[in-house]
Amino acid sequence: MKQRSTLVFSCMAFGYAFLYAPILSLIIFSFNESRLVTVWGGFSTKWYGALLENDQLLGAAWISLRIAFINACFAVLLGTLAAVALVRFGRFRGRKLLAFMVGAPLVMPEVILGLASLLLFVSMDQLLGWPEGRGMTTIAIAHITFSTAYVAVVVQSRLGRLDPSLEEAAMDLGARPLKVFFVITLPLIAPALTAGWLLAFTLSLDDLVIASFTSGPGASTLPMVVYSSVRLGVSPEINALATLLVLIVSVGIIIAGMLIQQKKPT
Amino acid sequence: MAGPRAVLEAWQDPSAAPLVEIRNVTKTFGNFYAVDDLSLTIYPKEFFSLLGASGCGKTTLLRMLAGFERPDSGRLLIGGEEVTHLPPYQRPVNMMFQSYALFPHLSVADNIAFGLRQEGLPRQEINQRVAEMLELVRLSDYAKRKPDQLSGGQRQRVALARSLAKHPKLLLLDEPLGALDRKLREHTQFELVNIQERLGITFIMVTHDQEEAMTMSTRMAVMNEGRIRQLGTPGEIYEHPNNRFVAGFIGAVNQFEGRVIAQNEKQLQIHCEITDSNLVVHCEHEITLGTPIAIAIRPEKITISTVASETIEKSENQLTGCVEEIAYLGDVSIYHVRVAPELLVEAQLTNSARRHTAPLTWGDQAWLRWKAEDGIALLE
Repeated sequence: MKQRSTLVFSCMAFGYAFLYAPILSLIIFSFNESRLVTVWGGFSTKWYGALLENDQLLGAAWISLRIAFINACFAVLLGTLAAVALVRFGRFRGRKLLAFMVGAPLVMPEVILGLASLLLFVSMDQLLGWPEGRGMTTIAIAHITFSTAYVAVVVQSRLGRLDPSLEEAAMDLGARPLKVFFVITLPLIAPALTAGWLLAFTLSLDDLVIASFTSGPGASTLPMVVYSSVRLGVSPEINALATLLVLIVSVGIIIAGMLIQQKKPT
Repeated sequence: MAGPRAVLEAWQDPSAAPLVEIRNVTKTFGNFYAVDDLSLTIYPKEFFSLLGASGCGKTTLLRMLAGFERPDSGRLLIGGEEVTHLPPYQRPVNMMFQSYALFPHLSVADNIAFGLRQEGLPRQEINQRVAEMLELVRLSDYAKRKPDQLSGGQRQRVALARSLAKHPKLLLLDEPLGALDRKLREHTQFELVNIQERLGITFIMVTHDQEEAMTMSTRMAVMNEGRIRQLGTPGEIYEHPNNRFVAGFIGAVNQFEGRVIAQNEKQLQIHCEITDSNLVVHCEHEITLGTPIAIAIRPEKITISTVASETIEKSENQLTGCVEEIAYLGDVSIYHVRVAPELLVEAQLTNSARRHTAPLTWGDQAWLRWKAEDGIALLE
């Protein structure tokens, strides 16, 4: 018994070390006194201070946060509509196809999504004159397309577990269908909506590939700035910024996970 | 059957106005006929049960009355008004769901108030009505609780209170006691009947439990394959089933298949192939000789003894066989007697005297006797 538990423990320790050692070293080096990223020169928080004065990085962070916010809101709206259609309207023609197509962006390579979005935006610009050039709007639209898929999957599973007689009971008691949706259905799937929103937010915040394809002059997101500055040599400021990002993303993911796993109320 | 009544029941009174009229309603799901050309009339203040095995169409019929399903053809009238195509939220009907369907994010009081709020009643009246309902189901102390903080029995009562809060003309109950344990179920049966009588609301209940239907209903319909096989009071259906399905579905019954060989006055003589014997049964109608017929006899109407009767009357039946199984239930004992290689007959003996040793035991030869008028002749 004892032997097995040591074995299990070392397996677990190895697995988690493999997963988290890189991130941990990044966090540790963000508190490094030395300018040389790989040489430990004592504890300091000076790079966090320097980060606050780096307008380029902060500007990019602000753009990223705004895109992530807009993306999350629209993705929740569209994803919920798709999920409701898939779960509530029973069997209609093309239901299976639609169900498959909603999930497709989850497994589609990002390079393809990014390229496809770019081509669409360029031709739309030429034909319709909108969206004019590329920038925040185009990044946000591209993000919404793939985030919607995640939201739809999360909301769909929650809706599917909901007892359909709850909505029937509300209608039986005199509420019209639209009211039933807002008074009964929406509060009951709210945890899934929040989870979907957080998921969409973090997905957008750390996307590099799609953003690179669809961005234009003056609209560099944070991952893009980080990536390009790393090519010129890693600055300890980046470590500090990355640490903050890890913090934001993990809080988002943890809350989302807790909301998804929350027990189904009956 | 009960003796002559002083007052006519609503369903016997030709001048009574029906509350619910179901006229030639059919509902199919693909090729499956859930409800097949069914007509039924239900009167005010009835406690009506739809009884049948799962898949017999009883729930579909209830859901059509509530408005969750639309009939393919036929009409539904409630209080004389056509409701066939009205959505659920415009019908003067409420339903109590099998799963209770309590809104988990609302408190007990808010659940009960939900229907009243949809009507836009003033707040004071809503509060008063909710308090009344909570008192009716004895849950006044639980108003602020959430449904998941209640026991199964309490949830059932909240569901009842919520469906009664709007004072509907008609309450539909889908297996209302299905999720309760046996003891609570028996208690709740009486409580439901009391509430129904006190409020004077018509109840239509769907159940697969025949005991439940017998105890609670004024009238009941036994359903099978989307049709009503028999309609009547619990007593009529138990004592006078008019076909083999109903006789077999309600309570225990022994059935003897045979052909009519003679009829004199109101007594049929039947030759039963399987026991190779002649049996007699009371029958009001003229039956052609040779017609295939079944005699149904309830176990409690058979007397069982260890000795053959010396004098068998012309209106009595006697069969003999070997006791194979005995079930001692305390108040009664049930004997399974093999009267023919392929036929076991069930007979019931009331244990009216205290004794430890049974008069009959396994392997004994037993004599079964019953009177012609206790048997039921079944043509269908």
